Amino acid sequence: MKVAVVVFPGSNCDHDAYWSYRHLIGVETVFAWHKEADLHGADAVVLPGGFSYGDYLRCGAIASRSPVMRAVSEFARRGGPVIGICNGFQILCESGLLPGALLRNRDLRFLCRDVYLRCESNASPFTRRLERGQTIRAHIAHGEGNYFADEQTLARLEGDGRVAFRYVSPQGGDEPEWNVNGSARAIAGVLNEGKNVLGLMPHPERMDEAILGCTDGLAILEGVLGGRRAAAGAGA
Amino acid sequence: MTARITITPRKTVLDPQGRAVTGSLHALGFAEAADVRIGRFIEIRLDPPPRGGASEARERVDRMCRELLANPLIEDYRFEIES
Repeated sequence: MKVAVVVFPGSNCDHDAYWSYRHLIGVETVFAWHKEADLHGADAVVLPGGFSYGDYLRCGAIASRSPVMRAVSEFARRGGPVIGICNGFQILCESGLLPGALLRNRDLRFLCRDVYLRCESNASPFTRRLERGQTIRAHIAHGEGNYFADEQTLARLEGDGRVAFRYVSPQGGDEPEWNVNGSARAIAGVLNEGKNVLGLMPHPERMDEAILGCTDGLAILEGVLGGRRAAAGAGA
Repeated sequence: MTARITITPRKTVLDPQGRAVTGSLHALGFAEAADVRIGRFIEIRLDPPPRGGASEARERVDRMCRELLANPLIEDYRFEIES
């Protein structure tokens, strides 16, 4: 098992993701530079958080057109697992690998805080170690995480079980005040059609060891190792 | 040859920045400011200008908008070409 963490100019959670996979989970982990369309034979790909290209033009827009993303698209099309965290989610939307877009937070503020997520589908490599309906703690740090898609797309995502996570209360309730950035239908993470690509605004790599105060994120990152549930098709 | 491109959030997209500025204009007494939409302006010098002249320039700038400068899901764009 080899994991590639893509590095763009301005990525700043690349080393966190590397630490999680290399040292906590203990799998071979390599960095993939944005200028090279080469994933070094990886079995899973991480698009990390940060501010690629300084968020110029639109968050993720310039990164999504970089050479490495041609390789990521090809990898995803063949069914390879790809997780885009925060800026990585924005890049996946801009590249067309995931539907929708991430707008400025509803209240215009950069939000750096804990949130709670309810797993809505465990039919993906990254959610198969979670139970459907399970609530986990997570951390967000973003100014543009307000998920937007037209009504038709939202209905299709719901119908196909492609909403991976929703912002909820600590008890798992749908009270709107816990949808802190104003996302459509409180969506925090979505899957592609093949359910092998996950984009989410919260950072599982910031809550994956005891010293960070919470280990809920580990189950998401570890999912690529397999286990508990079968890959796409099983579960929700 | 210069292309001047204006990109604005689509009507179906909530523009919280525009809404905040609408409120501020109202506070200053500009009650007629009914709806503010905030976008971006991009100026591109085309050098050398396309051989096909303004019509080719329009076609290529339109492609620039679709392929990178605007996100058609959330933004509308318009542009003018100055020779």
